[in-house]
Amino acid sequence: MPQSPLSPGNLPLTRLSVIAAVVGVVVISFAYTAGWLTPKRLTPKKLVASLAPPGGPALGHRRNHAKGICFTGTFEANGNGSELSRAQVFVAGQYPVVGRFNLATPNPNAADAMVRVRGIGIRITPPNGQEWRSAMIDAPIFPVSTVQDFYDLQMASSSKEPDAMKNFIAAHPEFTTFLGWAKSAPWTGSYAEERYNSLNSFVFIDNSGAKHTVRWSLVPAAQPVSILPDELAKRGPDFLDQEITQRVASSPQRWSVVVTLSNPGDPTADPNKAWPVDRRTVDVGTLTVQQIEPEADGPCRDINYDPTVLPAGITTSDDPFPSARSAAYSRSYNSRTAEEKYYPRNATGGKQ
Amino acid sequence: MTTSRKRFTAPQRLLHWLMAICILSMLFIGVGMVSTVTSKYLTLVQIHKPLGIAILVLALIRLSLRFVFHAPVLPADMPRPMRLAAELSQYVLYALMIGMPLIGWGMLSAASYPVVLFGSVHLPSILPVSPSLHTLLWHAHYYLAFAFFATILMHVAAILFHKLIRNDGVFEAMAPVLTHDESEI
Repeated sequence: MPQSPLSPGNLPLTRLSVIAAVVGVVVISFAYTAGWLTPKRLTPKKLVASLAPPGGPALGHRRNHAKGICFTGTFEANGNGSELSRAQVFVAGQYPVVGRFNLATPNPNAADAMVRVRGIGIRITPPNGQEWRSAMIDAPIFPVSTVQDFYDLQMASSSKEPDAMKNFIAAHPEFTTFLGWAKSAPWTGSYAEERYNSLNSFVFIDNSGAKHTVRWSLVPAAQPVSILPDELAKRGPDFLDQEITQRVASSPQRWSVVVTLSNPGDPTADPNKAWPVDRRTVDVGTLTVQQIEPEADGPCRDINYDPTVLPAGITTSDDPFPSARSAAYSRSYNSRTAEEKYYPRNATGGKQ
Repeated sequence: MTTSRKRFTAPQRLLHWLMAICILSMLFIGVGMVSTVTSKYLTLVQIHKPLGIAILVLALIRLSLRFVFHAPVLPADMPRPMRLAAELSQYVLYALMIGMPLIGWGMLSAASYPVVLFGSVHLPSILPVSPSLHTLLWHAHYYLAFAFFATILMHVAAILFHKLIRNDGVFEAMAPVLTHDESEI
């Protein structure tokens, strides 16, 4: 039964406090969910900020792997992958690729000879629109085993504490495996001579619904020629860009796309651990790089090579990194696209 | 746009409460997913996209039902500012229910992300790839989410005020079920 209109003089305070309590509980739950009450939570914001050089990030650029060059080409599936995954991208045929060769540095102006880790991003688009994006690097293993360790590594390497790195290595002996590679692996003079590895594991789902946990690699057709870092340092700061541009202009460059299947018990959740070399591999097709284009107005510029953009038939695994990479890449993408005016687009690459 | 009925029709009430759950979940999923790098991130993103499209579809159905069945009149004794706030909030809520999913969809399109709903079901791109467009829509999506949350808080506070302080039948108009003594209102 309706009451008389409200008179401010006799507001039932207890009932008003019920209203305040309901609203308060919802607000606090929301704040907790957003991480505002847990400053220690590792957020995409913190993870991305940890990658920035001391002077701050290069505005308008990717927050890591900031230096790169675009390419277009094809992925020619040979049909062998269909045994492992029902993704259309493995059905024999030729599918367009937009990719990017890059260096693992937050500095878009880094000298090529100074960056140890080289990478590649690819986006393969089959006719059904079920894209497969992947970002790989030439290291055979990832520096650390967990996302928190990766963050701690960034903090240690940028720390002013003299013992920060020493302490990090002592607490994370697995990092020495990576250091061993970084110190001893031969350098090459070309993006085309590198083998690029997914490092993270993913799950292929075949037509019967069976799951196969795999990693994949791009194995170059070009013969790697080992060159001493001192020799590379004498070349120009952009020698990799110039070399790949000339090389692809004279002939397309190819990689075999090789999928490695895990055995039960293999460390699928730890990209710092290589799988035994006798694991079964399947060559699923060929990546052909046909044309190089500068990033400034190139087709890769506005693409986020988020490794979780996967076609039906491929999913993420128990590897924790793809989720963290997706969260961080998204943040990087949002930042750099909002900083468009700082990005050195050339005359033809301006507004779309 | 009003009806002499004292309550919204059953389909309208059903949609209201279904959407209340969806939208509140959506807002929590939204702030939660951008705050974590754990595997929850992907899980939440994978819920966020299809749930957003579901809300868009439900909101359009609900808007059509509103045109067909209208809304019960507000109590005659409601003060004018309160009546204004009640009417304005409905426009704001409908605009956000329909706008937010479209902005999200457009934002993904402008960033060249595929809009995957589930499995192999994905939506077409609705905008050209453009960093500036993406930025505009991303900011809109971000700030409007907080505006949406604030509006819902006011909506909840207001309806509890109607129920607990005024007891004027406004809550009963949308209540999922009525208790015996309320049914006489």
